[in-house]
Amino acid sequence: MSELANNFDNTFDDPTRRAPLITGQHNLTTITDTICGVVENKPPRIWYIAFAISFAIMSTLAGTIGYLIFAGTGVWGLNNPAAWGWAIVNFVFWVGIGHAGTLISAILFLFRQKWRTGINRSAEAMTIFAVICAGMFPGIHIGRVWYAFYLAPLPNQMDMWPQFRSPLLWDVFAVNTYFVVSLLFWYMGMVPDLATLRDRATSRVRQIAYGFFSLGWRGSNRHWHRYERAYLILAALATPLVLSVHSVVSFDFAVAQVPGWHTTIFPPYFVAGAIFSGFAMVLTLLIPCRHIFGLKDFITLRHIENMNKVILATGSMVGLAYATEFFIAWYSGNPIEQFAFQNRAFGHYWWAYAIMISCNVITPQIFWFKKARTNIWITFVASIFVNIGMWFERFVIIITSLTADYIPAAWDYYSPTWVDIMTFVGSFGLFMTCFLLFCRFLPMVAISEVKLTLAEQRHMEHIKQAYAEQAAEKGGEA
Amino acid sequence: MSWNSPRQVIFPKWFDIAIKIVVVLVLSVVGYVHLLVAYGFSPKTTDVGYAPEQPIPYSHALHVGELGIDCRYCHTGVDRNSYSNIPTAQTCMNCHSKVKTDSKLLEPLREAFKEGKPVEWIKVHDLPDYVYFNHSAHVTRGVGCQSCHGRIDQAEVVSQIKPLSMSWCLDCHRHPEAHLRNPAQVKPTFMGFDTLTPSELKKFVNADNRDDYGRQVAKDLGINPPTDCSTCHR
Repeated sequence: MSELANNFDNTFDDPTRRAPLITGQHNLTTITDTICGVVENKPPRIWYIAFAISFAIMSTLAGTIGYLIFAGTGVWGLNNPAAWGWAIVNFVFWVGIGHAGTLISAILFLFRQKWRTGINRSAEAMTIFAVICAGMFPGIHIGRVWYAFYLAPLPNQMDMWPQFRSPLLWDVFAVNTYFVVSLLFWYMGMVPDLATLRDRATSRVRQIAYGFFSLGWRGSNRHWHRYERAYLILAALATPLVLSVHSVVSFDFAVAQVPGWHTTIFPPYFVAGAIFSGFAMVLTLLIPCRHIFGLKDFITLRHIENMNKVILATGSMVGLAYATEFFIAWYSGNPIEQFAFQNRAFGHYWWAYAIMISCNVITPQIFWFKKARTNIWITFVASIFVNIGMWFERFVIIITSLTADYIPAAWDYYSPTWVDIMTFVGSFGLFMTCFLLFCRFLPMVAISEVKLTLAEQRHMEHIKQAYAEQAAEKGGEA
Repeated sequence: MSWNSPRQVIFPKWFDIAIKIVVVLVLSVVGYVHLLVAYGFSPKTTDVGYAPEQPIPYSHALHVGELGIDCRYCHTGVDRNSYSNIPTAQTCMNCHSKVKTDSKLLEPLREAFKEGKPVEWIKVHDLPDYVYFNHSAHVTRGVGCQSCHGRIDQAEVVSQIKPLSMSWCLDCHRHPEAHLRNPAQVKPTFMGFDTLTPSELKKFVNADNRDDYGRQVAKDLGINPPTDCSTCHR
């Protein structure tokens, strides 16, 4: 039984006390009831509104993709130097967002960071949907989509293989591996909770559906033993993927000879950026969700503050990377490299660079202040700024480098068409539709894992003490 | 379906067996589809053995194998052009105005000759239009007719012997030694050169086996077949 008030402040910094991760009046039953209630009760009206909007936007995506396939990539703003336009910007943007989920679920799991339990399920779901959106873009970017299978090294009578020396092929493998492992991790972690939903289900359809997907889970000791082993193994497998996938994505650029791309800093810089954007998206999604679905006791202010700390750290790393790029361009003595970076900051796309710097480097600095870290509104707005900034980072990298590389005669200005814009907006429709369906039909918080934190919390005398002190303080003030 | 209790939906016992059956089924279907595509759709299956009925049942076995007519008597451009031309009716009539003048089978030839038109032979070895193939480049650099057309000197009916697929072309471009010979040996009398046994090979050349000899030829002539896309797709 957790006997903490709903307004209990668990963001205190006293290192001698472990902060409680579940607030409010909770025992094992109420945890199950609250989290399953999201799935079992009629969703709030805002869910229907959000779903209708998302679904409508997703439908336009089908239209723009259909038009693209019918008419060809000429309907996009691609031109001769800029053969990679918004499609690749969006790909890197989405795949970057997909990095928070596995970081939270795998790396924080291995580091025994208990606060992950409140957010890991929805972050993993977000990862999977983001990778789906990401995977879509290279697929349609190739133009003749019916040849997409050429991406895979299939034996054929032509002896024709993808170019194994090309990072674009490594990317196919990296993203696919990431998707499969993330999906397995997400699904496997959900099995005990699906069984809980199955056991509580009242309609036959739900009983059968959850029954099927919970794979006959009984909660026996042997089940739990196998489950925990498998979870640990998957976490160990997924951990290197968090670092490798965006490193490989960065090779798409770093291995090329284009000035502004050909730098060794790219892999760590991209990984930091990916985690940065991923956490921002987790916050953007979870801040409204915890409010709408009444999950504030499990996704507490402390969770949000922790994520803000990650955002501050990775945002500063990204800022350092931007500075390093400029330093190395100067230090290299290579005039073309130097021009590429001058052009980034002061060229035709200076406005994109300015948006990128103000959103990615300046905005997160506000999280040096605890007041900002623990303020929902500031966090929410900052997370949206970071999302915008990280999209512009990819835009800046891809477009400024491509449109002005070695030969001035080949330079051109790139601007998107309405199809580019609508496809990107449409991908948000796809993402949000998937996420809203997830909220509606699957347990948004890992019930069994949260219960484990509760069990530990119950035995912490000092938490009760902290609560008593806080209560006394408040009483004193009043 | 018998569930364990009205509320809990847990898989019944037979499901364990069902899963095994489904796994085996899925694997077999996947395997079958792979085999189907790999063998069924391969040019080895779809194209090899193509032997259309020609307007005249012309026999290479008779003309080349028995009479010993050189390939270039009819396919005059084979060592000079990218394509190997099919002879005109006039070429045939060089002999057939005197030989077998009343053969029923040669009626279409005489007809064509009279009208000044070629005999409408049906093309057997038909490469796709996006492939550039040069006969002279191969013939004059020591690739015998046999490599692509088989023992044409023994063929009663011309049929496609080799798959002519891209991987088949690449096989030879990557490992040409099995098919290279002295260009002087590209003629009907040496037709079966590629399939000689080592002891038979000794009679003609100073090499222990076919591949060694091919490597020797490649070295002497400086043959290094290109495998770039633009070699064939121009």
